[in-house]
Amino acid sequence: MSLFCETTSWASATNEELSMKKYPSAFSARPVFLNLTQIQLPVGALTSILHRITGVFLAVGIPFAVYLLDLSLANQQSFAKVTDLFGNLAFKAGMVFLVWVLAHHILAGIRHLLTDFDVGSTLHSGRRSAWTVNIVGLALALLAAGAML
Amino acid sequence: MNRKLAGLPSWFLQRVGAVFMLLFVLFFLVYFLLYPLHSYVEWRAWVARPAMSIALFAFFAALLSHMWVGLRDVLFDYVRPASLRPMLSGLLSIGMAGIGAWLAWILLRAQM
Repeated sequence: MSLFCETTSWASATNEELSMKKYPSAFSARPVFLNLTQIQLPVGALTSILHRITGVFLAVGIPFAVYLLDLSLANQQSFAKVTDLFGNLAFKAGMVFLVWVLAHHILAGIRHLLTDFDVGSTLHSGRRSAWTVNIVGLALALLAAGAML
Repeated sequence: MNRKLAGLPSWFLQRVGAVFMLLFVLFFLVYFLLYPLHSYVEWRAWVARPAMSIALFAFFAALLSHMWVGLRDVLFDYVRPASLRPMLSGLLSIGMAGIGAWLAWILLRAQM
């Protein structure tokens, strides 16, 4: 499979004409790299996009978390239903994954906050903090797995 | 309303909420490690303490506003056509308000 393709092969004629007026430099003979699986993200970009993905994941989980909170406080029987969930292996595995999601989101968020205050915003320290966030997030999930499973 | 809250104020809201939630999560972790709860009665009494109910309400307010700004940023970054964005952002606000009302009801019911 060719990793390179000419831009002209996928753009329709009319769109191409419009785009050429708007972005002439994008329509030179220069090959365009389009294979997404071959694009290597710098470690900081990986940390950053995972912060966004984990954020959306957490947001989707919130209604379910509120539902469990509701059940846990409604009455004795529904409270028992929630605590019984923690005896379920699949639920526990899900919780371990959730710990990673939350840990990564919080750690990468702290990293972004520090960058806002100009802490660790050089290339070297930025890469180092990104590695730290990625690894500590996984380590916390392992710790949770050890505590729960 | 969305226009006015689109720039620096929402950026600030998201970050203040984040720091508040971070402190709260650390407090939760340490508190439950030191004083684990064992029964429904204990759990409900813990939530119903006025100071805890107020702190939880503030936590949920921070959570929902943080989530609202974050989801809206995602929506504004990716949704096409762009003309759908105001409608979806409105639905998002309604959803957040709904979850907020649900949480307020849960906390109130624990007081009864």
